[in-house]
Amino acid sequence: MSGPSLMDSLFQRTLEDLIKGLRQQLIGEQAFISKALEEIRKEIKSPDLSTKSTALLKLCYLSNLHFHDMSFAAFHALEVLSSPRFSHKKIAYHAISLSFHDSTPVLLLITNHLRKDLTSTNEFEVSLSLQCLSRIANVDLARDLTPEVFTLLSSNKLYVRKRAVAVVLRVFEKYPDSVRVCFKRLVENLENYDPQILSAVVGVFSELACKDPRSYLPLAPEFYKILVDSKSNWISIKVLKIFAKLAPLEPRLANRVVEPICDLMRKTGAKSLLFECVRTVVTSFSEYESAVRLAVGKIREFMVDEDPNLKYLGLHALSIVASKHLWVVSENKEVVIKSLSDPDPNIKIESLRLVMAMVSEHNVAEISKVLVNYALKSDPLFCNEILGSILSTCSRNVYEIIVDFDWYVSLLGEMSRIPHCQMGEEIENQLVDIGLRVKDVRLELVRVARDLLIDPALLGNSFLHRVLSAAAWVSGEYVEFSRNPLELMEALLQPRTSLLPPSIMAIYIQSAFKVLVFCLHTCFVRGGSTAGVSASASYESFDDLSVENGAGSTVAHGQTCTSAPITNESIVNLLKLVELALSPLLGSHDVEVQERARNLLGFVDLIKLEALNSSGQEENDSEQKGVEATKIIRLVHDAFSKELGPVSLSAQGKVPVPDGLTLNENLGDLETICSDIELPSSNTFSFGYPSEEKDVSSFSNLQIKEDSGQSNESTSLLAEHRKRHGLYYLPSGKSEVISNDYPPANDPALQGDNNDTASDLVKLTAESLVPKRKPNHSKPRPVVVKLDEADEKPVAVKHPESRDDSLSGAVRDILFGSEDILPTSSRSNLPSSNRKGKEKQHMITQVESKENVVGDGNSSSRRRKDHSHGKERRHRKKNAEERNETDRKEKESSSNHPRRQKSRQRAEEPLKVPPQTSVIPDFLL
Amino acid sequence: MIHFVLLISRQGKVRLTKWYSPYSQKERTKVIRELGGVILNRGPKLCNFVDWRGFKVVYKRYASLYFCMCIDQDDNELEVLEIIHHFVEILDRYFGSVCELDLIFNFHKAYYILDELLLAGELQESSKKTVARLIAAQDSLVETAKEQASSISNIIAQATK
Repeated sequence: MSGPSLMDSLFQRTLEDLIKGLRQQLIGEQAFISKALEEIRKEIKSPDLSTKSTALLKLCYLSNLHFHDMSFAAFHALEVLSSPRFSHKKIAYHAISLSFHDSTPVLLLITNHLRKDLTSTNEFEVSLSLQCLSRIANVDLARDLTPEVFTLLSSNKLYVRKRAVAVVLRVFEKYPDSVRVCFKRLVENLENYDPQILSAVVGVFSELACKDPRSYLPLAPEFYKILVDSKSNWISIKVLKIFAKLAPLEPRLANRVVEPICDLMRKTGAKSLLFECVRTVVTSFSEYESAVRLAVGKIREFMVDEDPNLKYLGLHALSIVASKHLWVVSENKEVVIKSLSDPDPNIKIESLRLVMAMVSEHNVAEISKVLVNYALKSDPLFCNEILGSILSTCSRNVYEIIVDFDWYVSLLGEMSRIPHCQMGEEIENQLVDIGLRVKDVRLELVRVARDLLIDPALLGNSFLHRVLSAAAWVSGEYVEFSRNPLELMEALLQPRTSLLPPSIMAIYIQSAFKVLVFCLHTCFVRGGSTAGVSASASYESFDDLSVENGAGSTVAHGQTCTSAPITNESIVNLLKLVELALSPLLGSHDVEVQERARNLLGFVDLIKLEALNSSGQEENDSEQKGVEATKIIRLVHDAFSKELGPVSLSAQGKVPVPDGLTLNENLGDLETICSDIELPSSNTFSFGYPSEEKDVSSFSNLQIKEDSGQSNESTSLLAEHRKRHGLYYLPSGKSEVISNDYPPANDPALQGDNNDTASDLVKLTAESLVPKRKPNHSKPRPVVVKLDEADEKPVAVKHPESRDDSLSGAVRDILFGSEDILPTSSRSNLPSSNRKGKEKQHMITQVESKENVVGDGNSSSRRRKDHSHGKERRHRKKNAEERNETDRKEKESSSNHPRRQKSRQRAEEPLKVPPQTSVIPDFLL
Repeated sequence: MIHFVLLISRQGKVRLTKWYSPYSQKERTKVIRELGGVILNRGPKLCNFVDWRGFKVVYKRYASLYFCMCIDQDDNELEVLEIIHHFVEILDRYFGSVCELDLIFNFHKAYYILDELLLAGELQESSKKTVARLIAAQDSLVETAKEQASSISNIIAQATK
């Protein structure tokens, strides 16, 4: 490394040279930059501060606008900072606030520089360091510099003071204990007459009040005064923000404030202030009828304004009102609907939200119709926005607002046919979900599914594949509702299905399997020798069977099914069709497709003989075989006819862990066990019967295997099906135990099961047998199977309201300090050592507890990490101790509050206190 | 509060960035890329607000430059538009009918002006005159320092030290 010379400093490129050079490079920009960076790296090591600072400035430029890393220069920036020259300092501060972050290693070194500049006599230097502090402050910096900031809060230079006020916010955030020192001075500044300072203070309070409004209620009189007296719109807007937060907490305050706000709304000419008034009224004063009416009038003016900004904000404000006063939206329906065709996508989305807010069970059909028409006409993005919001609104709370599910299912079908539709996944989920939950709609569902499947054009649209997979699954699962299973079969096996992705192809094949089994069952097992039996007849008998099985109450639809004759002849054709369509798939590259195709073809092979026989001559000679095939058909059909029900998210948790199954055990042991057992174990993993094998008993998953071992063939087929359709099952294999229990809710065998969800289901299905007729609906709303809400509860428990962070705790201590108020909940975090009253360590433990409190604050993950550094903590403790000394002195000089003793006393009060319900005296009266 | 300020040219070049909330270098580039894509593609007669990742971005176009500020959901959009306009007027006054080139070559000065205007994401100074006065005062401080530094004798004295 050549030492920096005079030449270096004389012929250094300035920032302007760099920028000019960059602008001349049309292609080799990157090369130019890397060359410049190289120069900078050299120059920045120069002992000459001017050279160094120029290099730093150039680096800032490159980092800021070309995003090059400048962390290597962190230390050099500090060196420049130590320069006595203002111009150098300025560059250094700029670089530091640009590049430093909490993990910058040299951050520790900056404290003294900042302190020096904070106490400088040059107000601009003070301003620079304040600026920098606001950007890079961390816990340590905030703590160490609190005294300086505190002094500046009452500086007689207004310029410095207002900057200090703004910075205090950041200091509070990082180091809540500083509130104890600075808060009083901050409040004193509220009474300042300089609008700039007032603006800064009010800005700080509006940010603070956002986080925890309750703590600032005692300051309401001051804010009220500012609201009434303020001439500056900037200040008024901020004060309004504060009142928007405070008013809901204290009705007397709201009473008092609402009139001035309305006055302001009537008088002001500034749109920004007007909008703030409107927003304040609609968010926090929504029970004041006259104020809301006034605000709504202004909102209407906004909405019909030419300016798109005002229009957008008007709609936005309207959507805030909508949650409490829906009449306002319906009053302005025309404007809202018209805005749906606005050129601005943001306005469109906002009005869409409003339209969706108007949806109720009475108008959902009409609104959806209007929206679907809009979706047809609009651009793809907005089209999907519309469809998405229809889907989410209608499915809210388990289809709460849907009464006519037949209509909704056909709407889903219609929506998937919209050219731009990309909501395939959501539609898929809902089709399956409705199929599982709502028994009465299955007939219509199958019809919609058929219409989708049968249209070869839809197969070409990749966005629709998910919908088609749901349609295929539905038509396979509920094939008994189909008018014409043969047609369905053709649709499922049509040549264009080769366009589908393999996973969906597999679902198609599986559905084809189900349909085929249904046809065969209808023809042979039910129909027996009488050829040409009708599907409807067989359907009824199937129904009997299903009732026997307790599968459900499908009787209602038995008669509505029109028949499509299934003859032996058609069966033969069907089998041929299957062979024709699936034999090419035997060579498929996708294992899933290949395996399913093979399954189906294998089944066809089994059946074919009998089908051919019975179509040819009478079955005398092949009696034996026929019986066998019928048996197979019956078994497979039984497997498929077991209905699937929705499964609660929490269901898996209710499965008791079998004895001897330790889930948390280290799996490393498995290897040794397996090596012991070797070959025989592989037998037991298949469908063998493990009860004979003695050595198996060492397996921890014995129980599960026994389950599968003892089950008959049909359930093993069911299990296989489950494996295939993993999509529609719970993710874990463990769920087998429970999902077996679900669907036949009335199954007497299961009644003994004290499973909550199951009993819930029973209750619901019982209701379905005695439908309650609502007076205002021509048609009863079908029962929607809902599972218990238990799955939501644990979440709620896990997130208790932890809104009391340390900052607001500290603020409350100050504000309520002189009143007799219960300790804040952050107090209850104090370690027990305090309670025991170790007097001599009091100071330290208090500080320590504060640190704990800090650690409990919401954005403290990083800080918590700091805590793990024991050394640092000790150091900090010492620091804090020192600072406490100085604090006390300062406090004694500035205020004669006995705050410290107060807080100490309170810390020793019993900790189990009910949550704070602060009694606010009527300040304003 | 204002989380960051961006100046983007119509061609998508970044002219100024100022971050009031912590963003890593990686996030910064990502934010700029994302927002640039959204804002530059919006037509001329649309509203000036964009919802973005739970924040609002208020932008306004002046000549070939887009001034963007990112704010919280419940901040006042119109107020921010006024702040942007305020900033532009101050720039205009300082540079004398400002153009993009001024900002390119005096990028640090634009920062200093912004620093006078905003602090910790809040408006600091709402008077144009005051800002102009403050900037002039600081400029003169810098100038005198520079004069001292750039005299040849000074350089030689330092180099031979």
